[in-house]
Amino acid sequence: MTAAAKETGRADAPRPVLAVEGLTIQVATPDGAKTVVEDLSFTLNRGETLCLAGESGSGKSMTALAIMGLLPHPMARIAKGTIRLADGTELAHRSERGFRDIRANRVSMIFQEPMTSLNPVMTIGRQLTEVLLEHRACTRAQAPGRALDLLRDVQITDAEKRLTQYPHELSGGMRQRVMIAIALACNPEILIADEPTTALDVTVQAEVLELIRVLQREHGTTVLMITHDMGVVAEVADRVVVMRDGRQEEAAPVKTLFAAPQTPYARQLLDAVPRLGRSPQRPAPDRTRDVVDVADLTVRFPMRGGVLNRVKAQVHAVEGVSFRIAPGETLALVGESGCGKSTIGKALLGLVPWQGSVRIDGQHMAGLSQAGLKPIRRNIQMVFQDPGASLDARMTVGKQVAEPLLVHGLAQGSDLADRVEWLFRRVGLTPDQMDRYPHEFSGGQRQRICIARALALRPKVIVADESVSALDVSVQAQVLELLRELQQEEGLAYLFISHDMAVIDQVADRVAVMNLGQMVETGSREQVLRDPAHAYTRRLLSAVPIPDPEHRRAPVLPREGEAGSPVWPLGQSPLRHEMHEIAPGHWVARKATPRAA
Amino acid sequence: MTQTTLDTPTRAQPRGARAVLHDLLRRPRSAFGLFVIVTMLCAALFAPWITPYDPNDQMFDGLSLAGAPLPPSSQFWLGTDLLGRDLFSRLVLGAQTSLIIGVLANGIAVLVGATVGIIGGYFGGWIGGILMRFTDLMMAFPALLLAIVLAAIFKPSLLIVAMVIAMVNWVQMARVIYTETRSLSQREFIEVQRAMGSSTFRILGKHILPHLVYSIIVFGTLGISTTVLLEATLSYLGVGVQPPTPSWGNIIFENQTYFANAPWLVFFPGIAIVLLALSFNLLGDALRDTLDPRLKGRH
Repeated sequence: MTAAAKETGRADAPRPVLAVEGLTIQVATPDGAKTVVEDLSFTLNRGETLCLAGESGSGKSMTALAIMGLLPHPMARIAKGTIRLADGTELAHRSERGFRDIRANRVSMIFQEPMTSLNPVMTIGRQLTEVLLEHRACTRAQAPGRALDLLRDVQITDAEKRLTQYPHELSGGMRQRVMIAIALACNPEILIADEPTTALDVTVQAEVLELIRVLQREHGTTVLMITHDMGVVAEVADRVVVMRDGRQEEAAPVKTLFAAPQTPYARQLLDAVPRLGRSPQRPAPDRTRDVVDVADLTVRFPMRGGVLNRVKAQVHAVEGVSFRIAPGETLALVGESGCGKSTIGKALLGLVPWQGSVRIDGQHMAGLSQAGLKPIRRNIQMVFQDPGASLDARMTVGKQVAEPLLVHGLAQGSDLADRVEWLFRRVGLTPDQMDRYPHEFSGGQRQRICIARALALRPKVIVADESVSALDVSVQAQVLELLRELQQEEGLAYLFISHDMAVIDQVADRVAVMNLGQMVETGSREQVLRDPAHAYTRRLLSAVPIPDPEHRRAPVLPREGEAGSPVWPLGQSPLRHEMHEIAPGHWVARKATPRAA
Repeated sequence: MTQTTLDTPTRAQPRGARAVLHDLLRRPRSAFGLFVIVTMLCAALFAPWITPYDPNDQMFDGLSLAGAPLPPSSQFWLGTDLLGRDLFSRLVLGAQTSLIIGVLANGIAVLVGATVGIIGGYFGGWIGGILMRFTDLMMAFPALLLAIVLAAIFKPSLLIVAMVIAMVNWVQMARVIYTETRSLSQREFIEVQRAMGSSTFRILGKHILPHLVYSIIVFGTLGISTTVLLEATLSYLGVGVQPPTPSWGNIIFENQTYFANAPWLVFFPGIAIVLLALSFNLLGDALRDTLDPRLKGRH
């Protein structure tokens, strides 16, 4: 504890505001009670930020819910231990009624998904004043003024206007700011943030983390942050408790932890974190021919409205995008949510209607019927983000891996069984797992199954759409390694779609940055990530959290101009960027030129 | 995640028909349901050998001296009805009618409803639009009126009554299956199938249908009880199964006015209907559980 005080440079002795001791939480399962948090103890000192870090299933969220008295009843319960506030108030085993004065007034919480935490049919202003009045923080007359102050506190632009708006009218970052404003409405001593930025884009994440830091400084609030992201930990934490399988693995001040992790697990966790600028050398692919050749790809979705349900506007999801991928090469598509990167992947597989020219291994895809597309589909396969959702829950995984071979009539009988067995071994699973159902596997194993299924047709290209984003870092590293091996041995080309710059740095040969459906910069990994030329790329890179508490990131660069929207009225189109080559192979959109009508 | 525990998951059993049956018999509730259904089926099949009296025989000693029906006794196990017929014999024969109607009418309703729902839900667009507007129209139409009209046009027979009930009952099933197929067809694993180049037939049969089994079974078994009741209503209105052929429904309606004096006449066929409906529901619930791999090993 004294070390923590020294670390954070505070002169006064640490004053605990919350003490958790011997906390044990059990969850009822069909096979009896399962302990999800075991004998966990930590204290939270006034004004500091403590991070509970760990991978999925480590019990970190359960701990947060236990402090708030929000454990799912009656499945989960506190079996042992105490949770005490500074004045001795006991939070464990408190009734729902007894918690009413604690929540919001003394401890409040923000969650991962701000959209589901806000009431969609109430204005922001009403949701704020309701909290204030419910907890008698001010009189009815003062409430609107207080609400406005709170919104200004969380640095929301046009605060007056926001009061009358509904949650769906705000962006994800703004919604999370509103959630923070609501959480801070009654000046609680402790703010619990459960993965507050996981659902947000990296630039928004940087801004929200900065906001939490500022508010903490101004109000002296103590923050308990729950996160799986070691980058976020390095950025905000004073002290860290690393959790694994419900137990405390290591507790240390953040700098000590990152400099010299004591336990093997903490070391392993930190080693697995992808870092910008520490990318492995990659063999140069053969660029003499292209396996994917996309020219002027455009995808627009109609937006219908009005009484007659006529097309009123169009979402210009992808606007004139061109790129090529050579065999054995990885092209990474990067950009924030809604930039059209996933739509490109779907267009290549013929899952959304598109215009332009797409050639896979020399064969044109434009204008082909489903039957005509079938032979081309053998060459391009996709691995999706969520392996749980992309597997059929009611079919054994062996059958699912065999399906592509059956659909394309490539194997039958014992030949089929042999091929599936080979595929299972190929992705690091054992053939005796073939008769099981998807729910019996972990996330990483499921993604391996999806990869096996994608490999079944021996494709030349795999579109990996955020394929490792939903996985824990240690599993993520293993899956990335598998993808690398497969590429080396089979000469696969990857279109790797991701929002995570650090992961892209690990896997990509070339990087294409997208914004609002258009490419703004493309070039080799070194060119784009080390020497970014476009303002948008620079901004993205400046927001990537650095997993090193000694080098805290400079504030994220401001956005250039308006955020913009890909929605255009019928008959109008965005201006297309003109690309300039500033170095061999390094193209940057310099200025927008009006599009010929 | 906890790698160690997930590397050794519980082994799923291969799901043969025999294994499913074994599972059903292991659960007390589904075993009860199965037992009742099998008993009623046997009663229906072997009715002529089981019935102690001719079900349509108006026996002289079947009435009291004052002409009232007799309560249950050792001679007439479940008593007699107003015309002095043996109630037990009529119930056994009525099982035939009720089960045929229940299974046949409901089977047709499930088949039509599920097909309309799947096609409408998967294809959407104008096909889905037309199918679902038609379904809405059928839903808005008073079911009883439709049944009466149909029954009036065609001469009432067992088959016609079953068809009429099916015409009325497929709508709910179509609605439920439509909604589910709609959301299923937008799920990622279906998108994977499209990306793979699977035929529509394969996607529907191998990937959509297995997910609908739950709803089909639950609504199918619930439908059996509504079917039996609708048949009873139709019989009462004179457009159902024609007397003297007994069905559980028309036995109740024939005798309901004498409920205060001869409660057994309503009570026993009522119990039979409730038992049948309950058994099918219990069996449906258990079938759903055994067929869902995610619920394996739970009760």
